[in-house]
Amino acid sequence: MRSVVIVGASLAGVSAAKSLRKHGFTGSISVVGDEPHPPYQRPPLSKQFLAGTWDRPRVDLRMPDTLGVEWMLGARAASLDAYRRDVVLADGRRLPFEGLVIATGARARRPRWYAERAGAFMLRTLDDAIAIRDHVRAGARRFAIVGAGFIGSEVAATLSALGCDVTLIDIEPVPMLRVLGEPIARVCLRAHEAHGVRCELGVAVEGLTGTSSAQGVRLADGHVIDADGVVVGAGATPNVEWLDGSGIVLDDGVACDATGAARGIDRAVAAGDVARLDHPYYGSHRVEHWNNAITQADAAARTLLGGAVPHVAIPFFWSDQYDSKLQLVGLPSPTDTIRVVEGSLDAPRFVALYERDGVATAAFFFNSMHRVAAYTATIEAAAREATPAAAP
Amino acid sequence: MKIVVDFDACMSNAQCMRAAPSVFEVRDDGFLYILQEEPPESLRAAVEEAARLCPTQAITIEDGGAK
Repeated sequence: MRSVVIVGASLAGVSAAKSLRKHGFTGSISVVGDEPHPPYQRPPLSKQFLAGTWDRPRVDLRMPDTLGVEWMLGARAASLDAYRRDVVLADGRRLPFEGLVIATGARARRPRWYAERAGAFMLRTLDDAIAIRDHVRAGARRFAIVGAGFIGSEVAATLSALGCDVTLIDIEPVPMLRVLGEPIARVCLRAHEAHGVRCELGVAVEGLTGTSSAQGVRLADGHVIDADGVVVGAGATPNVEWLDGSGIVLDDGVACDATGAARGIDRAVAAGDVARLDHPYYGSHRVEHWNNAITQADAAARTLLGGAVPHVAIPFFWSDQYDSKLQLVGLPSPTDTIRVVEGSLDAPRFVALYERDGVATAAFFFNSMHRVAAYTATIEAAAREATPAAAP
Repeated sequence: MKIVVDFDACMSNAQCMRAAPSVFEVRDDGFLYILQEEPPESLRAAVEEAARLCPTQAITIEDGGAK
């Protein structure tokens, strides 16, 4: 194989390029990215960058000078010609490839009621973060945050620390419910309330108020939350439309086997937020977090080079909210039982295990970073036990 | 090789401790401690993995190691 095209220039795409080189690939690599910016880190966008403590260069993705790739930034992949093996760009250019890495990530999901207008924001890209930061700098002080998941909760914490008056709104009765389960989600709710963030929970949003600029949101119960800025964090949608009709199997992302090989095409792999892999322990799933993009990109690169290495890494995610650190190792399911194994839910720090039939599926850490390595080993051991052929 | 950690960037996510526990330790005060600033070559693969997985890109390996 002499040429690889990587579509997507964020963490998964860049990591795939690094891994291809690390594993000895000397052919040409082109990296296509639709954003004009050099590759950057997304996690600080809702935290340090939004807070103003990290500036623009600080969020750049670090990479070696010796990567030897052709960057095609500000170029959007419009379609894939799987028969001729060309990536077709929006401007009509065709990029022939022998090997393909699909790393197009995901975009912020846009609720039906959302409308583009001044003072209304979603947060996914650097430009989104700059727009919110500029809005705060221009004097916006009252914010309605719609969606109390990971992004919404972090934005609420960051804006509240900047002195803004924040209302956090979600259709679920507690923040982070789907990710963490109710007992732990209640701890998150307590943190928001302790920092003066008002929570409007268990209620749907009907629309933005204001005409030329967002003046707040109208809730389904008739209540109106006035604000001079609205930030929506309603999850993400994988960027797969450009693959429609290509023969690649799509199923809420690019359907892959356990090694990252895309189904429906030869010598093509996927990694990061866009990839749905068969995990030996967790089954078919898509993960939208930092470490997963790196480890999947590595497995995908090795697979493309002929190694066919299953991706067995246990998912990890973290969130910094107020002065607390939340970390989750593994992938809990809503039916798992939650058992606190260190501290208690009322304590300033604790560790909880998610269990299915008494076997650990995930571990949650609240201000307990020093315990992450030990419990990760616990989860890895459980995974190994359950799937002896293919666990980490 | 020499390990350099940007402690302003470090958020104590402890992924380095997973990868190279004899070099990196996050203690119960929530801070990262470097146990060996100049670890032996035998630990290079583990240290490179730690640097690669760091969610805040806080770890640098000096002297010709992978960045």
